[in-house]
Amino acid sequence: MAMQLVCPAGNLPALMAAVDNGANAVYVGFRDQTNARAFPGLNFSDADLSRGVAYAHARHCQIYIALNTYPDCARIAEWEAAVERAAALSVDAIIAADMAVLDYAARHHPSLPRHLSVQASATTAAALRYYFERFGIARAVLPRVLSMQQIERLCAVSPVALEVFAFGSLCIMVEGRCQLSSLLTGASPNRHGVCSPARFVRWEEAADGTRTVRLNGVLIDRFDADESAGYPTVCKGRFQVNGETFHALEEPTSLNTLELLPKLAKAGVQALKIEGRQRGAAYVGTVAKVWRQALDRYASNPDDWTPSIEGQSALAAVAEGRQTTLGPYHRAWH
Amino acid sequence: MRLTLGPLQYFWPRDLVLAFYAEAADWPLEVIYIGETVCSKRRELRSRDWISLARELAESGKEIVLSTLALLEAESELGVIRRQIENGHFRIEANDLSTVQLCRERGVPFIAGPTLNVYNQRSLALLCEDGLQRLVLGVEHGQQWLQELHQAAAAAGMPLPELELIVWGRLPLAFSARCFTARALDVGKDDCGFRCIEHPDGLPLATREAQPLLTINGIQVQSPDICDLGPELTEIRDAGIDLLRLYPQAKGMAEIVQHFHQARNAEAPPPRLGAPNGYWHGQASISGPDLAAHRS
Repeated sequence: MAMQLVCPAGNLPALMAAVDNGANAVYVGFRDQTNARAFPGLNFSDADLSRGVAYAHARHCQIYIALNTYPDCARIAEWEAAVERAAALSVDAIIAADMAVLDYAARHHPSLPRHLSVQASATTAAALRYYFERFGIARAVLPRVLSMQQIERLCAVSPVALEVFAFGSLCIMVEGRCQLSSLLTGASPNRHGVCSPARFVRWEEAADGTRTVRLNGVLIDRFDADESAGYPTVCKGRFQVNGETFHALEEPTSLNTLELLPKLAKAGVQALKIEGRQRGAAYVGTVAKVWRQALDRYASNPDDWTPSIEGQSALAAVAEGRQTTLGPYHRAWH
Repeated sequence: MRLTLGPLQYFWPRDLVLAFYAEAADWPLEVIYIGETVCSKRRELRSRDWISLARELAESGKEIVLSTLALLEAESELGVIRRQIENGHFRIEANDLSTVQLCRERGVPFIAGPTLNVYNQRSLALLCEDGLQRLVLGVEHGQQWLQELHQAAAAAGMPLPELELIVWGRLPLAFSARCFTARALDVGKDDCGFRCIEHPDGLPLATREAQPLLTINGIQVQSPDICDLGPELTEIRDAGIDLLRLYPQAKGMAEIVQHFHQARNAEAPPPRLGAPNGYWHGQASISGPDLAAHRS
């Protein structure tokens, strides 16, 4: 079966761009902390999402809703209400990580498919069996830690269909287990749905054009006038280790697995995920189009497929830092 | 409150590990967690060595727990976990859902380590059904979270398992497929030469303004400083914590155990020896030099 293309949308124009450019499914979030891109001005009101679902369903495209943060004890009701809203909006799946949220959805809306979010950090067949047996998940999104060979092996033994990240900003830590943002800000991706919240970010520009970026006052990076400057996530800053200053954790780079498409298809991966709900409609449209064409070309001629040069340069043009990497899929990255 | 020695997060030479635990057997604490939790390539002690060390340490009368890897990537690593679970005697600290599942499939109870994401009483109740007997709080969980947990559990008529809190040590903040120690030394992970053995307390990472920011420990990233919740012990006792976890450091551990042993029996809390832990109060632990100066 052909791999599904799952695209992000942070607003209605992006959702429509994804649908129009060939997404099989679009994943979105509500305008609150129930999802891991809880940015100001981003995400969907119920009315917008209702329009989005109608637009997508009329064009044979599915809508998934991410409810993939972890509610504290006092806030569970908010996440349960979000499950109810998702069901009422007739979305095609929810994407969740927290056991309480998955359990609630499984009990109250058993026919609404449950996808395990990358935030649940499931990297083995045993972990996947847990979520499958406990909450009846239909699919799981894998954290960006496994090599291509490890993905192939996991596909062979997984009890559920697997979705992997294909393109976009690269989280380099096991998703759901990174507290770098909360160390500096007290706000975390797991609990508050945001990494490096904008209210803690401060840019300064010196007379010579040098830009400095801080997170809660902590220097994350400093850029020369001619350098492109990325968003200050702690993992992409330049720091000192052993007396040397460099990108000690990772460069500001994007994941791009386009050249791995045949391997991912042969491994039995069910769906390819594009990262970037925080990006605009132009990004979503461009990336969806390149991947749609690549998947269609592969479907018509799987034995003689190579990534197109135009496609690769279109992806590079919208990548963070304009650099791309195979990331953890390539063993040398580790 | 009982004192526990958390698993050794760093990679030490075999002789040093054995000498450390030989000494720890006589320290005034009740529980010792042993085993590799960070990197499956670290094999100064193999799983059978850890199990035989557990048997030796058990003669001290202390509770010995086998800790397991937080990040599993290969079937061979699951095999190691299976052997640990099937040791027939010692309880397991599960640091990944894979280990929870392997315990569950065998009907073996477990202790949930700090890297399992347990954010609310319902998730905790589900894990208790699976055999959870003790929860080590995740690093993000502080005083308010504990209060809410107690309230929610009471409202649901749910008995809570034993609760353990990290009170001393560098906090385990993140894990990656990438080895940051190897990256810093410009060698590949597959040819790392086990260079993390040269950094018995991790490798410091600082900002370009020389502000300590993180500690690199192989594929794990830790807080820059040793966090110390000693001065908060009264609040911690009132919050219903049963066990206090001290993470091993290369130097002065006997004195630290003694310090906390005296503190848990004293009326007044002890002076702070390490750094404050912002998570306990739901705050950032590190802020920039200018902000820190502004506040003080």
